[in-house]
Amino acid sequence: MLTILFDGIAYGMLLFVLACGLSVTLGLMNFINLAHGAFAMAGGYCTVILVNRIGVPFALGLPLAFVVTAALGALFERTLYVHVYARSPLDQVLFTMGLVFMSVAAVDYVMGSSQQFVIIPKALQGQFIVFGVGMSKYRLLIILICGLLTLALQLIVAKTRFGSRLRAAVDDQRVARGLGINVGAVFAVTFAFGSGLAGLGGALGAEILGLDPTFPLKYMIYFLIVVTVGGTSSITGPFLASILLGIADVAGKYYVPRLGAFVIYTIMIVVLILRPQGLFARNLAR
Amino acid sequence: MTAMPAVADEVAAYLARRARWSPLEVAFWVFVFATIWLFPGQYLIMKDTAILALFALSLDLILGYAGVISLGQAAFFGLAGYFAGLVAKYGLINEPVIALICSGLVAAALGFVTSFLVLRGSDLTRLMVTLGVSLMLGELANRYSNITGGADGLQGVTIAPVLGLFGFDLYGHNGYVYCLIVLFVCFLLARRIVYSPFGLSLRSLKGNALRASAVGIPVERRLVAIYTISAAFAGIAGALLTQTTAFCSLDVFSLDRSADLLLVLIIGGTGYLYGGLIGALIYKFLQDWIASLTPQYWQFWIGLMLVVIVLVGRERVEGWARAARVAIGRLGARVVSRPAAVGAPPDGR
Repeated sequence: MLTILFDGIAYGMLLFVLACGLSVTLGLMNFINLAHGAFAMAGGYCTVILVNRIGVPFALGLPLAFVVTAALGALFERTLYVHVYARSPLDQVLFTMGLVFMSVAAVDYVMGSSQQFVIIPKALQGQFIVFGVGMSKYRLLIILICGLLTLALQLIVAKTRFGSRLRAAVDDQRVARGLGINVGAVFAVTFAFGSGLAGLGGALGAEILGLDPTFPLKYMIYFLIVVTVGGTSSITGPFLASILLGIADVAGKYYVPRLGAFVIYTIMIVVLILRPQGLFARNLAR
Repeated sequence: MTAMPAVADEVAAYLARRARWSPLEVAFWVFVFATIWLFPGQYLIMKDTAILALFALSLDLILGYAGVISLGQAAFFGLAGYFAGLVAKYGLINEPVIALICSGLVAAALGFVTSFLVLRGSDLTRLMVTLGVSLMLGELANRYSNITGGADGLQGVTIAPVLGLFGFDLYGHNGYVYCLIVLFVCFLLARRIVYSPFGLSLRSLKGNALRASAVGIPVERRLVAIYTISAAFAGIAGALLTQTTAFCSLDVFSLDRSADLLLVLIIGGTGYLYGGLIGALIYKFLQDWIASLTPQYWQFWIGLMLVVIVLVGRERVEGWARAARVAIGRLGARVVSRPAAVGAPPDGR
């Protein structure tokens, strides 16, 4: 029971790191980025190449995955995404869907369609036994890293100057522009950072989620659930939603394996019926 | 109040004028039916095209006419596909035409129930709900593999001859003719729907839902109705696929199917009914061509096409398509009117 809870929390934390970039993009620019998972996949494959083929230590591979994916995100944002912000949701969906298809086929072409594994160091394998509960070391590491990241994010958003600019831009873009905030630049930085986080999540999660070319399609729905359930106006909303989703998914697969992913889809639809704005969204007076 | 009947007459005359068949439309359908004799070796791909066209037509009804974005048309397609397969397998409904209509009704029922979810929230919520419903059904079909055959697909389906006369042969001739007739009937229905006052009210609420409700159009009820109708069309397409292939697999629910469908409709253009048909034709042709070049990676080029279409601007692409249509239409009209204008000097338009 506690093991399920533990695994669920680790899974949820991972989902949060993967999806929080998406929630910011969506909240900030009302941009539906279905290709978010492609960045996560890029991070995962980047780690696979670095750690397995070149022999970079795992501890260095993770930050590198972040940096590479963030750079990739910035590049795509400046060259492609920037043209699509003002378009209709349909255009955004088509555009990012196209990117997903391209990334799937391109990765398949370069890396092959088989599942990839990151070689994790010996020290991280195995598990601790605490009060009779088995806790895998690797999952503990994930919880640790993701927990720290969440705290850092919360601090950045709540305390720094950049954070207040970001919040201002999310709340009302036009007024923020009027006050002299460079919304485009804020958005570019946030997009790159969010992509980087997704890449880090992909690198960390390669072990748990599995990594193959269909990754962006397989997990797209999970990210979207986190965002729609959690709402897009804060960090805590998506965070709680991810933890909830992680626990529900792990517990659902454990207790009612017949239904499998059915559990989380049901939860999503029920939440959307009851709270179309998201479970933890504050009511925006517009 | 004497002006009222006059206005009503005028409206009726306007609607009738709009709904008139243009020579180009007639030519299009003559060509479509001529393909039965023109390309006898290509029945299988042409049959797939006809089914895709019908499927795209169903999306056009809600996207092009009511402005509802959906990533979940595959839900109806798949549900009806499995329904048609199961009733044939267990001999519940042997006559394919009746089974087809029942499948459409089943899909419509699902559409009716889920339409209340779709009405809520923004475009993103709609995307999520439609996507979620089709994923849920796919998951269900996967789990209850004792009924659906799971990942192996539904096997052992035998489809009785249509009307007890025309069996499905190996070359797909009868299957193709069957699909074309169903497509044509559904198209006539859709055409009747969109050119009716009901169709006009849909257009108005797509333009501006708030104003539409201000002039007395019950927006929610209209959306429920068109979503249900569209689900029925998608269901008929799915049932057609099962009936003509005597097989149904889990990929009927896949996200790719719904995404491809959007692409088909975007290629053809939305909101004039022929978009789905023309888009399906072009899409199948492209897919066949690309797949023959790179069998494994054709998805990449499909993705590239989506990205390019959006970057160039969907309106512009549709504008070109419209210009091409107008040009062809003018050409067609000239060809038609020529016999009447024998001896007259060539027109200097």
